[in-house]
Amino acid sequence: MEVPILKQGHYLIASIQSALTDADLMQLRESLVARVGKFRARGVIVDVTALDVMDSFAVRTLRDITHMARLRGAETVIVGIQPEVAFAMVQLGLTLKGVATALDLEEGLAFLDTQARERIDRA
Amino acid sequence: MPDAVICPIQADVDVVQTRQQGRNLAADAGFSAGDQTVIAAAISEIARNILMYAKRGEIELRAVTQAERAGIIIIARDSGPGIKDIQRALQDGYSTSGGLGLGLPGARRLMDEFEVISNGNGTTVTMKKWREARA
Repeated sequence: MEVPILKQGHYLIASIQSALTDADLMQLRESLVARVGKFRARGVIVDVTALDVMDSFAVRTLRDITHMARLRGAETVIVGIQPEVAFAMVQLGLTLKGVATALDLEEGLAFLDTQARERIDRA
Repeated sequence: MPDAVICPIQADVDVVQTRQQGRNLAADAGFSAGDQTVIAAAISEIARNILMYAKRGEIELRAVTQAERAGIIIIARDSGPGIKDIQRALQDGYSTSGGLGLGLPGARRLMDEFEVISNGNGTTVTMKKWREARA
């Protein structure tokens, strides 16, 4: 199942709707990294609210997306990790080190806005 | 839903379907939402292990009642090359596939009982989770 990617201002929002196979996750990674260039996006939000499980492959792919997008000049934030999913991830030993997370879409947008402001201040 | 179901594992969609079946079975057995997620995550990791190392295999999901307690048994079988060093495969961070090395040790942490039998004819992983295991 393809994940819809919306463009909102300088940001891309990938809203996962249902469980994803490995192939779906890889496709999401490719299309996000490509679209960061196509839309000159500064930020990416991946909404995983609908994911009821995150295993090692899902976590690795989210980390890859974050690092690849950063290399292309966009910050990524993962939003909507459910409490049970967080619990299972910790038990599994899965961490999202180096990856920004936020409670929900609203917090994710706020995070990207802050990042953008800091970038302007630095410049 | 029947008490036992056997799910073939030979493509990445099977990983998703099998963990969903496991979640449903766990829900029927009365596991909490948190435990259902933990069970689904463990199934996902061992299903992924089958795909990665043996290419194909199957996972049996079974609801059980033993004495006073109810639980779920998950048996993953494959006829792959087998695990050469089980002790090492159960260590965190050990992987021969370039993966994260979390598959077996991660799944073991999620479950109450965990057993691996492996030889040149394949690997069988049996794991159990009990509903009243933790107060």
